[in-house]
Amino acid sequence: MSAQQIVFLVTAGVIVISAALVVTVRNLIHASLWLVITLFAVAAIYVQLEADFLAVVQVILYIGAISILIIFSVMLTRRVMADTGPQRIPQWPLAAVLALLVFGGLAYLLVQVPWPLAPNVDVSDTVLALGEAFVDPNRYVIPFEVATVLLLVALVGSISLALPERESD
Amino acid sequence: MSMTDSNWLFVSLFIAIALVFPAVPVVAARILGPHRPNALKNETFECGMQTVGDSWVQFKIQYYIFGLLFLVFDVESIFLFPWAVAYQQMALFAVFEGLVFILLLTGGLVYLWRKGALEWV
Amino acid sequence: MPEFSFGNIAVYAYDMIGWVLVSYGLDPKLVVIIQKFLAAFLLANFALLTPIFTIWLERKIAARFQDRLGPNRVGPYGLFQSFADILKLLTKEIITPSGADKVVYFVGPILSVAPVLGIWVVIPFASTMIGANLNVGVLYSVAIGGIGTLAIMMGGWASNNKYALLGAFRAASQLVSYEVPLILALLIPTMLAGSMGMQDIVLAQGTWFVVYAPIAAAIFLVSSLAEIGRAPFDILEAESEIVAGYHVEYSGFLFAIWQLGEFLHAFTISALVSVLFLGGWRGPLADLYPILGIVYLLAKTYFVYFITMWIRATVPRIRIDQMNNLNWKFLVPLALAALVLVALVDKLLPASLAGSARAWAHFASNVVLMAIVFGMLRTESRRLQNLSAPAPVAAAH
Repeated sequence: MSAQQIVFLVTAGVIVISAALVVTVRNLIHASLWLVITLFAVAAIYVQLEADFLAVVQVILYIGAISILIIFSVMLTRRVMADTGPQRIPQWPLAAVLALLVFGGLAYLLVQVPWPLAPNVDVSDTVLALGEAFVDPNRYVIPFEVATVLLLVALVGSISLALPERESD
Repeated sequence: MSMTDSNWLFVSLFIAIALVFPAVPVVAARILGPHRPNALKNETFECGMQTVGDSWVQFKIQYYIFGLLFLVFDVESIFLFPWAVAYQQMALFAVFEGLVFILLLTGGLVYLWRKGALEWV
Repeated sequence: MPEFSFGNIAVYAYDMIGWVLVSYGLDPKLVVIIQKFLAAFLLANFALLTPIFTIWLERKIAARFQDRLGPNRVGPYGLFQSFADILKLLTKEIITPSGADKVVYFVGPILSVAPVLGIWVVIPFASTMIGANLNVGVLYSVAIGGIGTLAIMMGGWASNNKYALLGAFRAASQLVSYEVPLILALLIPTMLAGSMGMQDIVLAQGTWFVVYAPIAAAIFLVSSLAEIGRAPFDILEAESEIVAGYHVEYSGFLFAIWQLGEFLHAFTISALVSVLFLGGWRGPLADLYPILGIVYLLAKTYFVYFITMWIRATVPRIRIDQMNNLNWKFLVPLALAALVLVALVDKLLPASLAGSARAWAHFASNVVLMAIVFGMLRTESRRLQNLSAPAPVAAAH
């Protein structure tokens, strides 16, 4: 086994274990902290795929922003320490069967499909290539501009939901 | 071993060291220092008062709103980084495409301002 | 055998260690790991031990600002004061408050220092010396710095104290808010250098970027000050309101670790400002003798550090609503305007205009924008002064 494979297996192991802990620990704050570890390990996977930009963005957005928001919302919405409800829903055997089926299907696809490999392009500066693709009219300029509109809509929507009603004055 | 590999090797080694280093004096302090906890000493500090109720109380929604604002602006500015890297190689119209992006972002900020979402109430 | 050169002595030592180990018959891959580990170990030691000196420096300078003498008993000029403090803190009891979330309580402060330390990976000390020349260096520094926010939330939450939790909330909302102008300001050096790599940014600064983009430099400095949570942005640990904020329950060396993180962060952002806007290691003869680069970088870093101390000693603490207004209604729009300005001016200037002339053209456009902004601020403040009723007082939290 090469060093690369060992590093990958360790990272993947961290992802699986911490992800399992996210859904099994009782304390919601602990669950979100385990989620941070999961997300960090995913960033490590991106690094191993030589997707530096994506790895850094993963850390900025998912750890620096989204996990903080998750912790905020956990603290704002409920009494985290006093939760004693059941952790399983009654239909869990059915859900387990479904999950296994989906996993089996995905695993089957993974093995069966002959995945095409990207041509061996020079990836010395992926960020530069990405930037040029963003503004190239023949490539991604429309998705690039639509993304900002989408984010704007998300912003307006979330603010109108979260902003408390003002007394009319 | 490629250049990126050895760079990230350094990063991971350094982060491992960075996590261990601050922990060393804490462990040392635990060994060197006294450790005699008692119920009175361990009480939470609240300006000499007994703690009333649960410590994990709920806070203002305002904190959450600023968190949401931050998230959207963060995502948008990160979209701009590849554009900024490619800026030197761009024609003027491509720069304008980036500027349209920034203007839409500014439009969102103006909307929030007018809506009063930026007020701390 | 690597060739000796005095100007590049650090790299020579690095190569020499590798050469000696390989000649002993070690696997070259393993040797690279050993070399990298030694370099990382040295760098981490340098960064972590610096606060021992800067804490003394800061106490001394803050004292002078306040017409005091500062520490002057332990050693010459009180130089050994920090060592005495460390010894004292090492022998203090670490009290864990009852009901605290123990593991999170211990991990919090450690996780506040580690990311700040991690920023040093991408700081170029000389043309030949940088921990890791990542091509996403700028974003890496933001990403790893963002983990500090999480550490503060962990510490505040785990303490089982309302003040601590309130401090953590304030901290998180302040730190995430000021990340927006910080990132927007970082876009400008990225744009001018055409790269996110720190080394490329330094190499692009034939004329320092502070001339190209003084507004971006100022925004970066101010939002970095907010990121470290020092005066005037220290509402997250305002003694008179919420005692000490997120670290109120911490004692002994765990408390010292929080403080270490803060001082190290202050020094680190000074280094970042120097690298991004003040030309980093650049200076006379730094190309020929890379070792000089370290001297230049540290000189610039201490200069910026002095400015942060100056601001800390001068400006009073701002209120939470002022903190938000300054960010969302001033810094963010200004950063967006500066970004548009630089993007347009740099493309519209003729390509023949190069070097410092180009830089000063940028500077002039920045001055015009600043004049407009100050004019608007002046009108607005006149309007507020003429309002009859005083503005309502902000709610406590």
